[in-house]
Amino acid sequence: MPVTTMRDALNQALREELQRDENVFLMGEEVAAYQGAYKVTRGLLEEFGDKRVIDTPITELGFAGLGVGAAMVGLRPIVEFMTFNFSILATDQIINSAAKMLYMSGGQFKIPMVFRGPGGSAFQVSSQHSQALESWFAYFPGLKVVMPSTPADAKGLLKSSIRDDDPVIFIEQERMYGMKGEVSDDPELLIPLGKADIKREGSDATIVARSLMVPLALKAAEELEEQGISCEVIDPRTIRPLDIDTIVQSVKKTNRAVIAEESHPFCGVAAEISAEITERAFDYLDAPVKRVSGADVPMPYAQNLENLAIPGVAQIVAAVREVAYQ
Amino acid sequence: MANQVVMPKLSPTMEEGQLSRWLKKEGDTVSMGEPIAEIDTDKATMEMQALGNGVLRKILIQEGQSAPLGQVIAIIGEADEDISSLLQGLAASGSKETKPAADRPAEKSEPKETAPATGAPAAPEAEEPEPSPKDDSQPAGRVVISPIAARMAAEGGVDLKSLSGSGPGGRIIKRDVEAAIDGGKKAPEASRTRQTAAQTSTAPQQEAVITGASPFRDVPLSEMRRTIARRLVTSIGPVPHFFLTIEVEMDRAADLRRALNEIYAPQKVSINDLVIKAVAWALIKNPDVNASFQDKVVRYFERADVGVAVATDNGLITPIIRAAESKSIVEINSEIGELANRARARKLTPDEYTGATFSVSNLGMYGVDEFTAVINPPEGAILAVGAMAPKPVVKHNEVTIAQCMRVTMSCDHRVIDGAVGAQFLQSFKQAMENPLHLVVSNPG
Amino acid sequence: MSNGTTEARTRAGAEERGAPTVVEKQSTTGNSVDTAEEAKKIKRDQKRRLESTGRETLVRLFREMLLARRFEEKSAEAYSLGKIGGFCHLYIGQEAVAIGAISALRPDDYVLTSYREHAHAIAKGISPDAVMAELYGKATGCSHGKGGSMHMFDSSVNFLGGHAIVGGQIPLATGVAFASKYQGTDKVTLCFFGEAAVNQGAFHESLNMAQLWKLPCIYICENNQYGMGTSLERAMSLQDVAQKAGAYDMASEFVDGMDVLAAREATQRAVDRARKESLPTLLEFRTYRFMGHSMSDPGNYRTRLEIEKHQERDPLKLFRATLEEEGILSSAEITKIDDEIKAEVEHAVKFAEESPEPDPQELFTNVYANPT
Repeated sequence: MPVTTMRDALNQALREELQRDENVFLMGEEVAAYQGAYKVTRGLLEEFGDKRVIDTPITELGFAGLGVGAAMVGLRPIVEFMTFNFSILATDQIINSAAKMLYMSGGQFKIPMVFRGPGGSAFQVSSQHSQALESWFAYFPGLKVVMPSTPADAKGLLKSSIRDDDPVIFIEQERMYGMKGEVSDDPELLIPLGKADIKREGSDATIVARSLMVPLALKAAEELEEQGISCEVIDPRTIRPLDIDTIVQSVKKTNRAVIAEESHPFCGVAAEISAEITERAFDYLDAPVKRVSGADVPMPYAQNLENLAIPGVAQIVAAVREVAYQ
Repeated sequence: MANQVVMPKLSPTMEEGQLSRWLKKEGDTVSMGEPIAEIDTDKATMEMQALGNGVLRKILIQEGQSAPLGQVIAIIGEADEDISSLLQGLAASGSKETKPAADRPAEKSEPKETAPATGAPAAPEAEEPEPSPKDDSQPAGRVVISPIAARMAAEGGVDLKSLSGSGPGGRIIKRDVEAAIDGGKKAPEASRTRQTAAQTSTAPQQEAVITGASPFRDVPLSEMRRTIARRLVTSIGPVPHFFLTIEVEMDRAADLRRALNEIYAPQKVSINDLVIKAVAWALIKNPDVNASFQDKVVRYFERADVGVAVATDNGLITPIIRAAESKSIVEINSEIGELANRARARKLTPDEYTGATFSVSNLGMYGVDEFTAVINPPEGAILAVGAMAPKPVVKHNEVTIAQCMRVTMSCDHRVIDGAVGAQFLQSFKQAMENPLHLVVSNPG
Repeated sequence: MSNGTTEARTRAGAEERGAPTVVEKQSTTGNSVDTAEEAKKIKRDQKRRLESTGRETLVRLFREMLLARRFEEKSAEAYSLGKIGGFCHLYIGQEAVAIGAISALRPDDYVLTSYREHAHAIAKGISPDAVMAELYGKATGCSHGKGGSMHMFDSSVNFLGGHAIVGGQIPLATGVAFASKYQGTDKVTLCFFGEAAVNQGAFHESLNMAQLWKLPCIYICENNQYGMGTSLERAMSLQDVAQKAGAYDMASEFVDGMDVLAAREATQRAVDRARKESLPTLLEFRTYRFMGHSMSDPGNYRTRLEIEKHQERDPLKLFRATLEEEGILSSAEITKIDDEIKAEVEHAVKFAEESPEPDPQELFTNVYANPT
């Protein structure tokens, strides 16, 4: 299988879906002539023209809402946020329009669209450009939230998201665009939304990780294996709908759970998963569910502080050792 | 600081304990885990271990006296520690006056003015002293235990009081319970570790000691099963019994027994050992019988943990042969002998007599031809075994004499229907009449 | 241009670029306006326009305005009886705008609007039965009881919703127009909003994109002069809404929103521009709501006198007078129409009353189109 970066895997998904369905179009800041701020949309303008690959003004609320309106009457927009930090400006349209349109119209107007772009921590860009927002979006019924952790997952999940009839928040990790992995060139490579992936099997503790935390959790699992602790690493891949069954099944086997995430701990996705585990697998727990989250502070600029704010392998290892009473 | 030693819960059904013997006297040094007394419970005589280090400062209940669970029966403290205020507090609360348990409720319901004339003022001192929340080793304090450990302990019949938690703040965690289950029974080869299922099935003679409850799967009650259960209970008591009797020819079983006793002399295998083995064999062949009614589900066990009724001077007790299907007849014989001896000495641990999946009661040695036994809930069935006796039987159109034995199975109709029970008995008969099954083949 | 003008002012795109239109500020909410004089002018204008509009259309416009009025009167009654929950924003006084503007559309054109939308929904073709049932929260409502007063939808008549975040529908309408152009159809989109929405970023972001990409969207500002309880003067630095189109190089018109024929004519011009040239237009309709912001509005931010003065310009009253005076409809015919409409509204109430509530299982439907 060809080895591809996550960036190019996403590019392939976009290209294939633009080719497949005339109703799919892509819009966002610098997606066309500039070839994408992170080059995810490289070459698409040339291939599909400016009708379908559209540079927008810096007007996030406007073009997000425009996308929702277009989706109401049959198009399948892909709206790129240069980073999800800017999606905050568009949240009225994402939450009040996209998420609720199908419901408040009594099922008449579905919103088949994707909001995508990089999210999570970036490199030394301080508080406003480096944050994880998935728990915001995952809060709302009507939205789906997807976060891939490998190039193959990125491609398969993005293609499924574009074909899905609901609004999907597709959060890529800026630090992972260069990550390489084997990616099939099968144009029907589709990974279903709402299905977790067991990235590594183990018996002593379950680590639930998403996005950037998945490779870190796998590394932690390797270290822990040497210390005699066998870890199962589960990547939910879709935050909403969440494949809680796979997680709970694993915890019933291992009796211990650690949830790693970049986002702030308070009201975060890890808090939700922790609550679900406690409700569904209480009698199987041998230790309290442990979260490893980003520091509960705005992201600092200084490199040493930034390193402290983002969870790393060492924190995951320590947390697993704690729940395994080592 | 001084620790209060309370009457511990030493069996699942214990409500009070009788102090059978103090193993330490006042002034003796005791250390954590050391036995300090023997307690007679409703089932057995158990050792009570110290849950702290220090000196046994005060004994509050004498040998032969009883105390309800949780009552302070001794004080362990530093040698020079002043425990007078502690004793005063206990005196005020009436704990020092150990009474027969039957008197306790009456004492509690007495109006205040007739309370024991200890001269203590009514107010705070009269309260039972609260254990310090900081002290994890407080025996009267809350047991801190992880959910999975609590469940395993309950299922394995492990007494939490006997465990010291290795988790943070003394939390009892899974591995503590596992260790207790693994080490709870001092088998001849105590150093053996638990083996995997694969090893078990290929090399049953290498079987490690199996303790704790059988693994099981719970199957929710079907509507039909629920209706059967409800209707039958209204007809006959909470456990609707029905009875199936079958006659078994025992000549070949008797031959096998003789052969084994020649090989393994001086060990003496009994017919009952063969019966237990055959029951286990038939249970694994008929898993629908190896079951228990659990209100919302029918619980199907994976192992045949066979309870064996043993008469003692104090009454009936049923120690358990765990995973009897994986044990040889000779092993069963040794284990039963050992369990029966300890049962008569009241030395069984709760783990050894709770949680069978099926029981056998044999009155053949008393010359009883056949009888019906009462099911020991929540087990689904019990087999009553009568005496072996020569009887005329027709074989190849000729009347000949054969050794015969009649067994009667009592079934819980909520779980086991007639045909299912009958199939079990057929299997049992097959195994007894062709006992090589019990020596060479795995059931199933 | 004088105060309170009803003359159309058009800046039609690129050819006039570079010549900013200066419009005098218009004080329209105070008592200084001579409403009686304006009413006379409306009637003069309407009589002039009668000739270019067929009788059938005139009668239809009158019917629809009267239906909107009677429907809202009934809604108010049902609301005060506790039959309608939540918010209920009435349209009484503004009927000329929705009826006039929507009458300029083809059935396959799109309409999106705000939360004051009962009349728009009916004018676009949703039955009064389905609108009333929606107000009652019944399964037979046009949004199956899930939307309520502020969220009427009907995909079969291309009514794409009442939207309840001020200005939220403006980017959506822009997107609908974008899709029409993308799909190569000549459908146009009407987007209604109040003047308070003009202060939202969504308005400016949308107009910028619409003119930039030449989208067939008509932005109709229903300037009823109050954003809830805050008058236009207290909320907007430049109160001439139509002039704001200049910032985006977009065509615009200022229209008397109390004149149904003026509303229809101005919208017709904008529709032609959208359909034929794929260009957007901003229309400002000056109007007035006779009722409170919602049924729970105490209305202490304006005087009774002010309301009464504006009622002299009641669009329904003026249009009826014009039709009578010009012999289009006799008094008896009008009475007959009114009776028919009252019966129609009564039917809607009866329908709503008798309709079932949504099945409790509907609570969990329509959250996702592809649930997993």
